[in-house]
Amino acid sequence: MLTKRIIPCLDVKDGRVVKGTRFVNLKDAGDPVQIASFYGSQGADEIIFLDITASFQKRKTMLEVVEKTAECTFIPLTVGGGIRNVEDIKNLLNSGADKVSLNTAAVENPSLVQIGAEKFGRQCMVVAIDVKKQNIQPEKWEVFTYGGRKATGIDVFEWIKKVEQLGAGEILLTSMDADGTTEGYDLELTRRISEMINIPIIASGGAGTLEHISDVLTRGKADAALAASIFHYNKYSIRELKEYLAKKGIAVRLS
Amino acid sequence: MIAIINYGVGNLKSVKKALEFVGAEVKVTAKASEIKQAKAIILPGVGAFRVAMRNLDELKIIPLLKEEIKKGKLFLGICLGLQLLLTQSHEDGLCAGLDIVKGQVKRFNFSDDLHLKIPHMGWNTIKIKNKKEDILKGIPDNSYFYFVHSYYIEVEDKKQIMSVTDYGGEFCSAIGKDNVYGMQFHPEKSGDLGLKILDNFYKLSER
Repeated sequence: MLTKRIIPCLDVKDGRVVKGTRFVNLKDAGDPVQIASFYGSQGADEIIFLDITASFQKRKTMLEVVEKTAECTFIPLTVGGGIRNVEDIKNLLNSGADKVSLNTAAVENPSLVQIGAEKFGRQCMVVAIDVKKQNIQPEKWEVFTYGGRKATGIDVFEWIKKVEQLGAGEILLTSMDADGTTEGYDLELTRRISEMINIPIIASGGAGTLEHISDVLTRGKADAALAASIFHYNKYSIRELKEYLAKKGIAVRLS
Repeated sequence: MIAIINYGVGNLKSVKKALEFVGAEVKVTAKASEIKQAKAIILPGVGAFRVAMRNLDELKIIPLLKEEIKKGKLFLGICLGLQLLLTQSHEDGLCAGLDIVKGQVKRFNFSDDLHLKIPHMGWNTIKIKNKKEDILKGIPDNSYFYFVHSYYIEVEDKKQIMSVTDYGGEFCSAIGKDNVYGMQFHPEKSGDLGLKILDNFYKLSER
């Protein structure tokens, strides 16, 4: 049976993991290569690096990080953040990334999703979408870009349909309302989108407890759950989470 | 040396790194001389069947690959590289494959009530049908491997099926036919057990 995936996400800036790393047994707790390997050995199903490097000049650092990670961690690796064109995608894939995640670039230049899918295959094109619920009637979920700073006026359901047509292989959905609250994922939004599309959906934003993750994989109908702080602060290990999910009857990979 | 065929589809880096990790010497190549020299050949690949066949054709290495396989050289097709071994694919109309293994490549087609997504993406188990194959040495039954594909293979000779996987019904997830192996999943992305398969393959090539 196909299992639900658990995906830790690392924010990387200038080649260093920036938030929340309290791994006592790592020599260098800020090294993304070591942390990725650690998560891999714990049973993570995939790894996502989000590059939040501000300066263009330092972007090459990310390629080196990807290259080194691919030498020692043999599970799928997705890289997002700052990807603007086909060249960026190619460089990341050539360095050893398996998928790239597009957010702002997909909104501003939707053909990039299409070209990427045609050139490298749909399976490596993840479209990340940051969404915020607008308090208006009828209710609307709006897509934001630039790390949640810029409102686009785009309705998320229309956008999702469009990116699926363009050739997205997967959707990474972040609820900005839930993100950072540790009060749980936006189950309604996740479920509505999962039922609407035929490609897998990774839910993100809001995980604070093991139950939140279980909820989004069942009631929220997500195919995968992304979490960051819940793992980084060593609150729970990936193994603990998976054993919890397995007890609840959710198919997960335990090895 | 193991030759990884470089034919312009998908990411060859991860296959190369995984083989190097288990100690193999690897060359990513499309050169006839290097393919001939290699102790084993790997045909990786993700993406579209038709484009892949066209690329192989343009590189003029199809007769060479068939010849090497016929001579008994160890061969492993991964994902699309497995599908290319078959007679024909139903992807994007009908398209002829390498016809090294008799059979068809078909698209998953599920009834709506199953709520199954396509591609089949993520970790799934393999049920081993043929435990005698050395390439699966040390791999427990029902182990997890990483899959990402929208098409699956149907082989004519069921004896060639090494393992099956369930996704809306059972499909063939690995085959073995003499010196030719094929895997629908990605051993290079399947953690320790995937590395174990590549290590087995490497050891077979050194025999």
